[in-house]
Amino acid sequence: MKKTANDFLLLENKQLNNNSFRLLLQSSDPISDIYPGQFINVRIKDSSEVFLRRPFSILDVDYTNNTISLLVKILGRGSKKLTEASVNQNINAIFPLGKSFTLPAKSDRILLIGGGSGVAPMLFLAKICGLPPENISVLIGARSASDHIDVSDYSSFGRFFFTTEDGSLGEKGFVTNHTVFTDQLDCYTKVYTCGPNPMMKAIGKAAMAKNIFCEVSLENMMACGFGACLCCVEDTKEGHKCVCSDGPVFNVNDLKW
Amino acid sequence: MVNLGIKIHELDLKNPVLTASGTCGFGSEIADFIDLSTLGGIVVKGTTLKPREGNPYPRMAETPSGMLNAVGLQNKGVDNFIANIYPQIKDIDTQIIVNANGSIIDDYIMLAERLNELDKIPAIELNISCPNVKEGGMAFGISSQSAEAVVKAVRKVYHKTLIVKLSPNVTSISDIAKAVEAQGADAVSLINTLLGMAVNSETRRPVLSTITGGLSGPAIKPVALRMVWQVYNAVKVPVIGMGGIMSASDALEFMIAGASAVEIGTALFVDPTIPTQIINGISLYMERHNIQSVNEIIGSLQC
Repeated sequence: MKKTANDFLLLENKQLNNNSFRLLLQSSDPISDIYPGQFINVRIKDSSEVFLRRPFSILDVDYTNNTISLLVKILGRGSKKLTEASVNQNINAIFPLGKSFTLPAKSDRILLIGGGSGVAPMLFLAKICGLPPENISVLIGARSASDHIDVSDYSSFGRFFFTTEDGSLGEKGFVTNHTVFTDQLDCYTKVYTCGPNPMMKAIGKAAMAKNIFCEVSLENMMACGFGACLCCVEDTKEGHKCVCSDGPVFNVNDLKW
Repeated sequence: MVNLGIKIHELDLKNPVLTASGTCGFGSEIADFIDLSTLGGIVVKGTTLKPREGNPYPRMAETPSGMLNAVGLQNKGVDNFIANIYPQIKDIDTQIIVNANGSIIDDYIMLAERLNELDKIPAIELNISCPNVKEGGMAFGISSQSAEAVVKAVRKVYHKTLIVKLSPNVTSISDIAKAVEAQGADAVSLINTLLGMAVNSETRRPVLSTITGGLSGPAIKPVALRMVWQVYNAVKVPVIGMGGIMSASDALEFMIAGASAVEIGTALFVDPTIPTQIINGISLYMERHNIQSVNEIIGSLQC
């Protein structure tokens, strides 16, 4: 799949919760196929402190209107600057980057677990994977109810479960404390996750122990995003692999977790 | 029509813009963004005799107007290069130069012998300046004696264009340049990265796994420009300039200071289409200043 560096028009910049935004970017050219787990590397202009592009996972793609939606959580200087962008501004981005999650087979029952901005590819996967909603469970964890984003647009694609550390929404605790995870993991044939590393490690280890297929999406710091700089490597069972081009999605069995 | 062609010893470049080692892999990594045959040359990823896993993650830290890296010459070794990569890149219509590294002089010799056999590799860039490896690398490039020793040894076995990549982490880069020229280097390229460091004040820990790393990007451009000018005035062999070049005007500044050609490095991470913009920008500059040949620009600094 050919990667391109495109200028997008920012159509919408909507705040979703206290530190997350949804950016709607429109390309003047048709958008090539993008799959859940792939990412886009965005140039942050007019900032002396931000030199490199910033990678973001893709929340949604609309091939009719040539738009891509990003979920941007403020984590540092680059993401903060991007969320300050105004509508009608041009934003340069390189896409599609990386390898996507393995799409489930018709017979699969899948559990998607997202944390932080890692919710984005989980929602995208739920939407396009083609399974009936009863075969898709989406478990989303956050610190508090105000850290969750509204996922009602996606509710028809699967069953949704929530956790918060303070108990303000869904079950109290981490995603790995939720009953879907603690009691019903055996009901699923594939587990997909994207979020903080400790969360993904806990999920990955549980899936490995039960011999359930599990893919995780890593977000190691990268400079280029297209496999040239070799900065974002993960130490896998086959040696150093680039998260940007060999991943970001890895089968948990291939990692040294 | 302006003439962008340039000669580095026996190496004919269609224009003076090359991509720097370690910033474009083996070319294919940026092939979606630019037509590789429009480049003056591609300096491929640093290659060693044996495979290297490189340094542990984290290997990168963003800095004001630049970045630190500590990749540590991760590569699959020269056998893999010859068997799997060379066949795929040898017919690209540009000059392919291999960046050659070693831990000991014998490594450099054996590597140079292997690379000398490859018809479509007309030159090597001998890297005596990598700051991110424990043994060899920069250690060879920071004293005239060790730089002389490695260049002398490689010169005996390598019969094509020998470019030596110099470290800026020295008291006098001109002295090192003169030393390698005396041992038969056909050209020098500079600068490799400046040794630097990043600290996380919250955790009180270094950002890089190796504590120190190599600084690149526009942050180092004034240092690189100064060193290119000093070396141009110290040696007769051609100088290839690099260090933070992001635009055609940056590239022209290096050429005016004495560079016969330039390498584009860290800029590729920010915008892999930059080499095309730079080549076009140099043409436009030449038309605007009524310059027929790019050779007229080299060392044209008026002091």
